[in-house]
Amino acid sequence: MQRFANPTLFSKLGAAVLPWTAAAAVLLLAIGLVWGLVFSPADYQQGETVRIMYVHVPAAWMAMFIYTAMAVASAVAIIWRHPLADVAAKCSAPIGACFTFLALATGALWGKPMWGAWWVWDARLTSVFVLFLLYLGYIAIWQLIEQPQRAARIAAIVALVGFVNVPIVKFSVDWWNSLHQPASVFKMDGPAIDPSMLWPLLVMGAAYLFLYVTLLLISMRTEIVSRRIQSLELAAVRGQARGRVGPAAQSQRA
Amino acid sequence: MSVFAAIVMRDIRLALRQSGGAGTAIGFFLAVLVLMPLGVGPDLALLQRIAPGTLWIALLLSVLLSADRIFQADFEDGSLELMSLGLIPLELTALAKALAHWLTTALPLAVAAPALGVLLNLSPQLVLPLWAAMLAASLALSLLASVGAALTVGLRRGGIIISLLVLPLYIPVLIFGISASLGMPADGALFGASMLILVAITLACVVLCPVAAAAALRVHLK
Repeated sequence: MQRFANPTLFSKLGAAVLPWTAAAAVLLLAIGLVWGLVFSPADYQQGETVRIMYVHVPAAWMAMFIYTAMAVASAVAIIWRHPLADVAAKCSAPIGACFTFLALATGALWGKPMWGAWWVWDARLTSVFVLFLLYLGYIAIWQLIEQPQRAARIAAIVALVGFVNVPIVKFSVDWWNSLHQPASVFKMDGPAIDPSMLWPLLVMGAAYLFLYVTLLLISMRTEIVSRRIQSLELAAVRGQARGRVGPAAQSQRA
Repeated sequence: MSVFAAIVMRDIRLALRQSGGAGTAIGFFLAVLVLMPLGVGPDLALLQRIAPGTLWIALLLSVLLSADRIFQADFEDGSLELMSLGLIPLELTALAKALAHWLTTALPLAVAAPALGVLLNLSPQLVLPLWAAMLAASLALSLLASVGAALTVGLRRGGIIISLLVLPLYIPVLIFGISASLGMPADGALFGASMLILVAITLACVVLCPVAAAAALRVHLK
């Protein structure tokens, strides 16, 4: 892993991998959306509205997955001081916030016809909303602290503290009886959902995952480049300042 | 241990002698309780229904309001740096300061809240469960606030960001606090279960929050 700590190597690698992940994301999105929205059967209870599931459920998976990835990256950054781990965590946050928002918004759209309400304060909805706030807090920390090194450490602590919420989100539907249906895909005794619906759902999950990897690579490469520009500018400014001090001091002496 | 006690005593003394410390939180708490009936109207039945929730929210916000006080002054005048140099680990220093905040702000508010419920026509049956739940949770509130305070110490716009960082962590406390407060007369089992979770949250905070706060302080002290 330390071999990839070199940002230049990572950028090269990212450039090589990027077209493939992007192509996979587009392909899987196309297959998953058409399969889920057109060819999969309507639910015997929920009718056609069940199709929101193919957008909503994988987005909720990604919301939790990306926060977990952020927490792992933050732990790596704190323990091994891996320079790219901070970048990975920082660049994951906005993507994760978007997926969380997508899950919340599509959930509200689904809730209206099914439960008769856009929003109910049950455990799953509340904990996902908290997850959204945690993403915002994490992003705000990066915005607020000017020195990148300090911001990275503080943000990593925020990510790790906020991680306690992720298991709460995951198990909220099992711990509390609520309107939200209990877990039906990732269960100990296998998925309790018909293959005709499970497969397009999993394809969409894979599509979102590749979308995340693609966006993350783009964003990380951009971040690395912008940091390099920043340090070059800083060096240039320092050089200028030294250049200006030199002659001025000489003329004073003269 | 004596160093730990000395820090707690020092912070308590400072909080009591400084105007605008603990007093602000208590004043804010009272203001919310007085403004609430003016806002929703003097309907006693309605007030009785919203009294426990109002008291909880007032408690949460008051503790949050005074959160930046936990480390800010000591960070600015350099005493926090001295405390970080030795004698006791920074984790214990953070715990001591959170404890002092609890003793001077969260605990008095939690003790006073059910009594002030009179202003909101709080049902007498709810006074004891509310009291128990608030006493159990108030330490967790102070400890979580100390994490937020440590993360944002020395930042110019720290006050706003504390709320964004700490409020998500307060939500579980609020949920179980409310279910414990409302559970007792209606459902004893619900009260018991919610109280256990509240105490569990508090104990977990005692262990984890000082570690997180100390880690954050180390970054800022560097």
